[in-house]
Amino acid sequence: MAETLLFNALREAIDEEMARDPHVCVMGEDVGHYGGSYKVTKDLYEKYGELRVLDTPIAENSFTGMAVGAAMTGLRPIVEGMNMGFLLLAFNQISNNMGMLRYTSGGNYTIPAVVRGPGGVGRQLGAEHSQRLEAYFHAVPGIKIVAVSTPTNAKGLMKAAIRDDNPVLFFEHVLLYNLSEELPEGDYICALDQAEVVREGTDITILTYSRMRHHCLKAVQSLEAEGVDVELIDLISLKPFDMETIRASIRKTHKVLIVEECMKTGGIGAELMALITEQCFDDLDARPVRLSSQDIPTPYNGTLENLTIIQPHQIVEAARALKAGVI
Amino acid sequence: MTQADTSRDATGGTLEASGAPGCSAESTHVAGPHAERLENLYPGTPATVDREQGLVLYRDMVLGRRFEDKCAEMYYRGKMFGFVHLYNGQEAVSTGVIKAMKAQHDWFCSTYRDHVHALSCGVPAREVMSELFGKETGCSKGRGGSMHLFSREHHLLGGYAFIGEGIPVALGAAFTSRYKRDALGDASSDSVTAAFFGDGTCNIGQFYECLNMAALWKLPILFVVENNKWAIGMDHNRATSDPEIWRKAAAFGIPGEEVDGMDVLAVRAAAQRAIERARSGEGPTLLECLTYRYRGHSLADPDELRAQAEKEFWAQRDPIKRLAVHLTEHNLASGDELKAIDREIDAEVADAVEFALAAPEPSGEELTRYIWAED
Repeated sequence: MAETLLFNALREAIDEEMARDPHVCVMGEDVGHYGGSYKVTKDLYEKYGELRVLDTPIAENSFTGMAVGAAMTGLRPIVEGMNMGFLLLAFNQISNNMGMLRYTSGGNYTIPAVVRGPGGVGRQLGAEHSQRLEAYFHAVPGIKIVAVSTPTNAKGLMKAAIRDDNPVLFFEHVLLYNLSEELPEGDYICALDQAEVVREGTDITILTYSRMRHHCLKAVQSLEAEGVDVELIDLISLKPFDMETIRASIRKTHKVLIVEECMKTGGIGAELMALITEQCFDDLDARPVRLSSQDIPTPYNGTLENLTIIQPHQIVEAARALKAGVI
Repeated sequence: MTQADTSRDATGGTLEASGAPGCSAESTHVAGPHAERLENLYPGTPATVDREQGLVLYRDMVLGRRFEDKCAEMYYRGKMFGFVHLYNGQEAVSTGVIKAMKAQHDWFCSTYRDHVHALSCGVPAREVMSELFGKETGCSKGRGGSMHLFSREHHLLGGYAFIGEGIPVALGAAFTSRYKRDALGDASSDSVTAAFFGDGTCNIGQFYECLNMAALWKLPILFVVENNKWAIGMDHNRATSDPEIWRKAAAFGIPGEEVDGMDVLAVRAAAQRAIERARSGEGPTLLECLTYRYRGHSLADPDELRAQAEKEFWAQRDPIKRLAVHLTEHNLASGDELKAIDREIDAEVADAVEFALAAPEPSGEELTRYIWAED
């Protein structure tokens, strides 16, 4: 069977869900005629028409708010952030309306909406297009946050997000759209709240998500040759964390390394570390270790950009030190 | 006056220095430029109502007024907390628009000044008062409070506490209406949405963004501006380059109408025209209702800025008294009948307070309920 590129896996998921449920619709900048900035909605406009694949003007907070109102009144909108960074402009609608409204309304309304798009640090896109909003949105109550990392989980998670009755922030990564692999056949979904154990191991638990999964996989190859047996876990769900899977792994390895692309301060790892300290303290043989991006705006220069985010060799070094007990 | 009636050119005038910065709207009117606009308003044809309709409007406005007066009393007696924004003086707008629409069919979207919109939508006074008291029996289960009244049953999309954020939500409800009709093929889908907001909101981006999208997609929505002149302490004429908000509709190619917001029959007539257009697929309308809030911005506002002459001007145009005169002069109701309604409303409001006082507090065990759809 042919391999599928990640952006096409997402497209398949949206296409299948739109065919399955006529209330599912897409709205955002250039999602229609243009097919999406990363072609995730290519040709869906021809198939489903301009209302179901709605090209919006450049007005992030208003079309995001419109999705909230549409979801409150019976539709299941998918909002595309052309670049997730642009959704800083829709922070109020995502936080106050998507996240909090069900609660403040005392359960009057549900908001089955997906906000998806490319996040992460690309290649020399400059600071504004290289954001990791998952950290910024992490404190917002009432939203689920998911980060995909392979064509298989991208498709299965997208379908689950669309079917979920809660608002889901769905992070893709700008550098992963052209990953390809063979997809499972048929109509499958992946659980939104379950981490993926990518590789089982006994020495160290590495917790990561999104593109850093692939950096970790490179590191794991080197570590394997050195005799370090890593258990690699892709968090998938950034909110809530799958603490059951995380706790089970730490009970086995007693050592944990967190690898993330967001900045260190107020990052995903910061919260994860706090929870691990609270819940797994007695199982730890060493302090949890965190590898994060620098606390700076992502520089344009390629060398500086590489120094800003974590590289595979740093993961190898940290894992080696952790195994050797010198951390 | 509607857009079609005007020949005034918004850009044709000569720019002149105008004294103090931000005070370009000069007026010699004793009660200021907002009052002068109302006096010079081109008189539209008011709605004609029969006895039954007239009494519905009267009852709704009196309920709004008496409910808010009771809120002030309860606030000062320490029964309700937080920021409480009362609607006194603006009743003709809520009643004039909402009672021209179809209850539990059309959709309504409000702001932080939302108690009376909720009542006009049909949310029982008991549920609104309970919410203000933070009780489990409140329309938002005590989780929302004064600025976050919601009722799915009565199609109240909510009270939105931040300026402008409700407008896109209302746009979404209007989008759903069109989507159901044109994408799902449901010919019966003809609901119209009314978005209420104030003059201060007309300076925020979402207002313009949503006018644009509503016009682009011909969405069935009424943008109802309750221009009460004051955004807390910011005079409308100091905040906006063209104080005539209704004229901004022209930039989007949609009808705009300037309405006497102190006359419920004028508001009703304008709303009926806009609803008719929206329901028949002709798209949105911008209604600017000239009105005034009798009280400060919220119950925490000492209300020291507004001139006495201005307050008196608007008090003399009280929308409830005006409708009462209309109903009696047209022999639609007697003064005694109206007084009887007043007493009934007082009893209803007293009952709401009694109910809310006796109602249970939300259970601490349900503190985290309603975060997720499944709970």
